[in-house]
Amino acid sequence: MASDSLPLLAVEHLTMRFGGLFAVNDLSFTAYQKEITAIIGPNGAGKTTVFNCLTGFYKPSVGRLSLTPPDDGAPHLLERMDGFRIAKVAKVARTFQNIRLFTGMSVLENLMVAQHNKLMRASVYSVAGLLGLRRFRNQERQSLEIAKYWLDKIDLSDQADWSAGNLPYGSQRRLEIARAMCTEPVLLCLDEPAAGLNPRESLQLNDLLLDIRRDQNIGILLIEHDMSVVMNISDHIIVLDHGAMIADGTPVAIRSDPTVIRAYLGAADDEDLPPEVTGDLRPAATSGVR
Amino acid sequence: MGTLSRLTPHLKDSLAAGLLAGLLALPMLGFRLVDSAQGLSLDYRFTWVAIAAATVFTGRLILLQAGDAIRRRPSQRSASTQPQAGRPNKLRPILGWLFIAGALVLPWAPLADRNLLDKATLLLIYVMLGWGLNVVVGLAGLLDLGYVAFYAVGAYSYALLSQNFGLSFWICLPLAGLFSASFGMLLGFPVLRLRGDYLAIVTLGFGEIVRVVLLNWQVVTGGPNGVSGIQRPSFFGLPFLATAPGKTTFHEFFGLPFSPDHRIVFLYYLILVLALVTNLFTLRIRRLPIGRAWEALREDETACRSLGIDPTKTKLSAFAIGAMFAGFAGSFFATRQGFISPESFSFLESAIILAIVVLGGLGSQIGIVLSAFLLVGLPEWFRDLQQYRMLAFGGAMVLIMLWRPRGLLSNREPTIRLASAPSRVAQTAEDSV
Ligand SMILES: Nc1ncnc2c1ncn2[C@@H]1O[C@H](COP(=O)(O)OP(=O)(O)O)[C@@H](O)[C@H]1O
Ligand SMILES: [Mg+2]
Repeated sequence: MASDSLPLLAVEHLTMRFGGLFAVNDLSFTAYQKEITAIIGPNGAGKTTVFNCLTGFYKPSVGRLSLTPPDDGAPHLLERMDGFRIAKVAKVARTFQNIRLFTGMSVLENLMVAQHNKLMRASVYSVAGLLGLRRFRNQERQSLEIAKYWLDKIDLSDQADWSAGNLPYGSQRRLEIARAMCTEPVLLCLDEPAAGLNPRESLQLNDLLLDIRRDQNIGILLIEHDMSVVMNISDHIIVLDHGAMIADGTPVAIRSDPTVIRAYLGAADDEDLPPEVTGDLRPAATSGVR
Repeated sequence: MGTLSRLTPHLKDSLAAGLLAGLLALPMLGFRLVDSAQGLSLDYRFTWVAIAAATVFTGRLILLQAGDAIRRRPSQRSASTQPQAGRPNKLRPILGWLFIAGALVLPWAPLADRNLLDKATLLLIYVMLGWGLNVVVGLAGLLDLGYVAFYAVGAYSYALLSQNFGLSFWICLPLAGLFSASFGMLLGFPVLRLRGDYLAIVTLGFGEIVRVVLLNWQVVTGGPNGVSGIQRPSFFGLPFLATAPGKTTFHEFFGLPFSPDHRIVFLYYLILVLALVTNLFTLRIRRLPIGRAWEALREDETACRSLGIDPTKTKLSAFAIGAMFAGFAGSFFATRQGFISPESFSFLESAIILAIVVLGGLGSQIGIVLSAFLLVGLPEWFRDLQQYRMLAFGGAMVLIMLWRPRGLLSNREPTIRLASAPSRVAQTAEDSV
């Protein structure tokens, strides 16, 4: 499967040390365009740390993170870039394990803020914006259209003017994904997007992610504990344990990998012990709920 | 039942407070030295002690009960109104236009005299400063305790430019704004990395440094003597004087009899226009990407960075724009007073401006007008009750914080609405047909 897609992100020997702790230890993998690459592993395995390195919140101790844009430009070396520049120039977007919306602002505003850089360029240091020049108004209209497209996708058109903080939990998760998509990324990193969702919402999430993979020319990195999400939609799974990669393969291969099963069974926290991993997982219907 | 069950702990609490007050009052109020012909003697005033204890007891009880009632209400209210956060607020703009209309006709109102206009001018300076600081604190969420430094830079820029280079007010005004803004950038660059409390403390320090520099840089600023004889404003070149050798004065040009009130009215309108420009600018920029980024930054800086927003640049722009308006206000202040000294730019000014912004409800333009009126206007009018001024000030702050912990007007209007977007309007129109 991986062979017919173009590589998007190459992680080489990524190591992140906190004092004596190796949160991530010599991790290498590749993520491909138009594919969903899942990163799974017990709590504390270092998954979020990988994202924080990728998106510039941490500077990796060792390693190279090179992102090759789909338009065949020169690769960006993410480990050398400032946090906001990774999102702005290299176009890596992310969501957070603990949702980080602008809760006091409206749903629509959240999506407009995500298009900041484009709008700033059109507003020419806010001068064109203050004067209301056509150049700016056109860009604003176009951005509004993009926001509307995503509002529609995540089923929040009717709540567009609500404060984001007043939305139910599941909607907030979807809004955070839509907000990340509004930055028009080439790589989308989702940190446990199904955490706290009920089964119906997590099926909705599956559909949303599959839609994104189908319609958008981007790669997705997905950290997830919910095996019904991971096993159904990912093309490729990487298993981390104690910062090191212990397996890398397709869902089918991972499901029956003895090392993975042992890592999960040996894990101290029971919530990471889904019986599905041990074999009786059948793909749940992904198109049941609309 | 519920009130009763709450009453008992409140009674206990109040009794304890009353006892404590009595104990404290005993040495302070209970005994008095009387100087009489026979020498010193001790006088006892135990009724006073009893009165003090009783006052504290009842006061505490009322406060606790009232506090309970107040605390219960907002939580219910917010729970019931939140789901309809989508409704636009119609009242706020009407109130705004009423204020503007009132301010425009004020000089022609029957009760308006020199004194009233002077006070209204002072009030408007604070409104303008409040609106300027609101960009920094209310929108961008940067707690700036040294805002008065930029006000000072504006005032001294005008005073020194006009005195040393003979530049007119209308040339100095933008220059003063520019200087203040650049100063804001300069100061902001190292400081804006800090968050929350640290930023507040460092800005407080910078505010004081500016004042101390003004105080000690004798050669340039005149030190504690300040700058006096600052050029008074002219009506676009026509001075407000009885006679001016070699120049037409304002009253000669318009064929009016000379009156010192002309200048007062002109100053009033000048600050009104400056304040309204500040307001208009803020309202507009809030709807631009930079304004939204400020608010987003206030909400969550980490999320902003993940969306590709440069936090440093964004904060700097808020800082610079806030400083610019303080600079404008400062040069107005200098031309109005004709004399400035470092004393006018103490920390207390920063504190009052900040109180105006916080009390008004962070980010609310009209709330700031209301709280400027409460904090600056009312105390000015009740100057006769001078000795109770600070007491009333503190009391009002406590009451408002109890009653409206998020400020007088704290409901936020979204900067953009889907409902008002063209296609949506058409759709609802079709629906109603
Ligand atoms: N900023 C930090 N400082 C110190 N230790 C950290 C930091 N961030 C993460 N860690 C440690 O790194 C390990 C991996 O954490 P994390 O990446 O959050 O795991 P998870 O796989 O659950 O997302 C944990 O042991 C955590 O305590
Ligand atoms: Mg995590």
